[in-house]
Amino acid sequence: MTGQVLASSAADVSGDFQPQQERGQRAVFCGLTSIIWMHRKIQDAFFLVVGSRTCAHLIQSAAGVMIFAEPRFGTAILGDRDLAGMADCHEELDRVVAQVLERRPELKTIFLVGSCPSEVIKLDLDNAAQRLSREYSGGVRFVSFSGSGIETTFTQGEDSCLTALVPSLNQRESDQPHLLVVGTLPDIVEDQFRRLFHQLGIDCVEFFPGKSSTELPEIGLNTQVVLAQPYLGETLRALQGRGAHHIPAPFPLGVAGTAAWFYAAAAAFGIPEGRVEEVLQAPRARATRALSALRDELAGRRFAMLPDSQLEIPLARFLALECGMTPVEVGTPYFDATVMQAEIPLLPAGVSWIEGQDLDPALDRIRSARPDITVCGLGIANPLEAEGLRTKWSIELLFSPIQGFEQVADLAELFARPLRREAKLEVGEWS
Amino acid sequence: MELTLWTYEGPPHVGAIRIAASMRDVHLVLHAPQGDTYADLLFTMIERDGKRPPVTYTTFQARDLGASTAEKFLNTLQAAYEHHQPKLILVADSCTAELIQDQPGTLAQTAGLPVPVVPLEMAAYSRKENWGASETFYHLVRALLSNHPNTSLQAGSQERGSRPPRVNLLGPTKLGFRCRDDVREITQLLESVGIDVNVVAPLGAGIDDLFRIPEADANVCLHPEIALTTCGWLERTFKQKTIKTVPLGYGATRDFLQELADVLDYPIDIDRVSQCRLPWYSRSVDSTYLTGKRVYVYGDGSHVVAMARVAQREMGFDVVGLGTYSREMAREVRAVAAELGVEALISDSHLAVEQAISELRPELVLGTQMERHIAKRLGIGCAVISTPAHVQDYPARYSPQMGFEGANVLFDTWVHPLIMGLEEHLLHMFRDDFEFNDSAVPSHLAHGDGTLKEVDAGDVAQGNQSSLLWEAGAEKELKKIPFFVRGKAKRNTEQYALDRGLTAIDIETLYEAKAHYSR
Ligand code: SF4
Ligand code: SF4
Repeated sequence: MTGQVLASSAADVSGDFQPQQERGQRAVFCGLTSIIWMHRKIQDAFFLVVGSRTCAHLIQSAAGVMIFAEPRFGTAILGDRDLAGMADCHEELDRVVAQVLERRPELKTIFLVGSCPSEVIKLDLDNAAQRLSREYSGGVRFVSFSGSGIETTFTQGEDSCLTALVPSLNQRESDQPHLLVVGTLPDIVEDQFRRLFHQLGIDCVEFFPGKSSTELPEIGLNTQVVLAQPYLGETLRALQGRGAHHIPAPFPLGVAGTAAWFYAAAAAFGIPEGRVEEVLQAPRARATRALSALRDELAGRRFAMLPDSQLEIPLARFLALECGMTPVEVGTPYFDATVMQAEIPLLPAGVSWIEGQDLDPALDRIRSARPDITVCGLGIANPLEAEGLRTKWSIELLFSPIQGFEQVADLAELFARPLRREAKLEVGEWS
Repeated sequence: MELTLWTYEGPPHVGAIRIAASMRDVHLVLHAPQGDTYADLLFTMIERDGKRPPVTYTTFQARDLGASTAEKFLNTLQAAYEHHQPKLILVADSCTAELIQDQPGTLAQTAGLPVPVVPLEMAAYSRKENWGASETFYHLVRALLSNHPNTSLQAGSQERGSRPPRVNLLGPTKLGFRCRDDVREITQLLESVGIDVNVVAPLGAGIDDLFRIPEADANVCLHPEIALTTCGWLERTFKQKTIKTVPLGYGATRDFLQELADVLDYPIDIDRVSQCRLPWYSRSVDSTYLTGKRVYVYGDGSHVVAMARVAQREMGFDVVGLGTYSREMAREVRAVAAELGVEALISDSHLAVEQAISELRPELVLGTQMERHIAKRLGIGCAVISTPAHVQDYPARYSPQMGFEGANVLFDTWVHPLIMGLEEHLLHMFRDDFEFNDSAVPSHLAHGDGTLKEVDAGDVAQGNQSSLLWEAGAEKELKKIPFFVRGKAKRNTEQYALDRGLTAIDIETLYEAKAHYSR
């Protein structure tokens, strides 16, 4: 099966794909969590959450010990005085913004990030962003988006942030076709992709977001958008609203997924298949070789995924198709048919797909199905381990480079290592 | 509105979760949006708990607002009861739920559940985690014990007769600092003097245990941040005295035993049980180098008060500054500072703490995990003495802080980041040895806790104070100073030069500065 076949068979069959809905207790972070990887990507920006102590505590807890230096994010914590109307929230915000800029005068953009409390009290951050942009005109730009848990889950914070940036992308005047790769990627992956696109003859490639918040890509009628991350539905629609075309493609996870992704992009640029095959041949062979040893470890093992990052569907496809694993149950926080259209036809049958969550019954199902490995959030991993079940924390999938050919083995290794460890340890269970 | 980059305490409802997670039989239903479920990982990843904390979150979303959040709460409450079958349910709002005012406490009390429901008011916009834990523990104990037959007793300890005295240990919780080991250490200590431990709560307690609290003669308030309010109520209600000395450090542990003896009117041979190595280790000649080491202490109120005493009076350090994020303990911390003649920083802004540390330039920081990061950046040694702590501060080994074994642990832990006195000497002797050069870090520091980080040789040539010129002779002389104090010598010299308006540093300046700063 070639990647080209994967891509072209991606007709819109999502009508048949009906995940079962669940609406109970969720165990997913809110969109504020996206700040952890986005602030490392966009290096001249500061993410200022307007929220509560909970919001501040969430980000620092989810970030863990990864950050030693002064972070480029912070929280303007609302207090009783703000809520009782004794302090004018907008004046207070101005004061906090000035404080941030005093510490970091080099900042080019400040994102004002809405939270549940700021949204419930209807604090208008869009308005504040416009006002502050005027006040600091020429120096700092202010953009607002929601990372709140009532509006967004985990990775959706990035969707909401990029959507908010779309109106500030400049209109593209050039006629030259232009590829826009959308979704935060680790720098190393971005560089690999850039090299491959160059070899394919697509030189007009931009990544969104990039390192700079001021040098944003341009957008126009000849912009072709390909998503690198599966949680960017709103961003995609906003870009389409600016005239860009969507290239439906499976996500660049796994050998076949990555190949299909490149085939889809190349096809949109009219690049002959033979040329694509030629360019991809070496990295693809290398990735297949690297994966084959791991495939032996993974084949036949059963896995479950609790809803978390939106990566569940493409990951399940990779683990089933390329690693020979058997999906038992796959949950995803929400299902976006447009974004997933090229993934759906590839998905294995006989899997229980779930949209939304009801935590306690889901854990009970996992306990009785006893999969070999369960992908889940940080809070749940150790409790499942303690019950003798192996796990993989999903947040690592956002923090590590997993996309593209050169990372295929690394991705498989994330799943193989807990299993290998289990085989190794002779220490009994948790007590 | 207050700008926060890192926070020392979580919101008050995290304190409520800590109480629930510490206990058996209790379940918390928290009215909260989905993101608030991150609190689970504090327990399962930081403390490596093998169970999820007993909390069910309603995880309401924007589409529920205005119409169905209250209904969502009631459904969640019912489902949580059926699934977990607790003996008692706590109900609280998170910060967001507090704004939508569904009154889940009232809803739950009228929901007809067959178990007691204790509603909590968490005041998310003015209070923090320790306060939330304290309130939760207090309301829980009060709800259970208000109708207890002993409330009519005049004095809890009156009818002791010939039975051994018994006390409760109140305050240890999940996510507290070394609570697991401190409970074991203090329990052993009390046993060794013939005092029974009646109930330990909240850590490890069930509802039935809480009912037995009034049977003790006194309450040991191990963690005032968590248990002082409860102890006060028990004192008023059951005439149970509170033992207030926190047994952290050698002297404090002896004072603790003395207070027990006085309050319980029970003789304790304190000298007999004071088996501790700290006093001798501290007197041992090799510890002379510890004398006057400049130390900064920061953390929760009760740890700071106790650790300042240990640092100053038991290790022979100089406490050059201290502070706490526990506003509730400001008075006690200020009193200790006044006694030591230093400033107390009462602030939960880690930026203010960082500034205090960088101005005071201590040789050792005793702090929380935030200060560990600050100290690492500044190239200063650090030992963690208080929450917030990270996963490495929940060690596998037995490592109490309290009691006499706790004092031993403190000695070892604090000395570790400093360079041993005899070694300083050796390092100097061998400084030209190719294997023992400036870049060879002593092996006990080689795991890279950053203690020696900033003083690499390259630092010497380019001064931070860029306006200052180091003359060749002075620079050469500076390089002869052992590398682990070179950074300090350089900074001090530059400061000295700046203060005197000098633009260049020669050998004279170097030694003038050395004389000026030497104690
Ligand atoms: S769910 Fe809402 S209140 Fe909770 S951390 Fe996220 S934004 Fe803040
Ligand atoms: S490693 Fe070297 S410096 Fe460290 S304790 Fe041993 S002898 Fe001393």
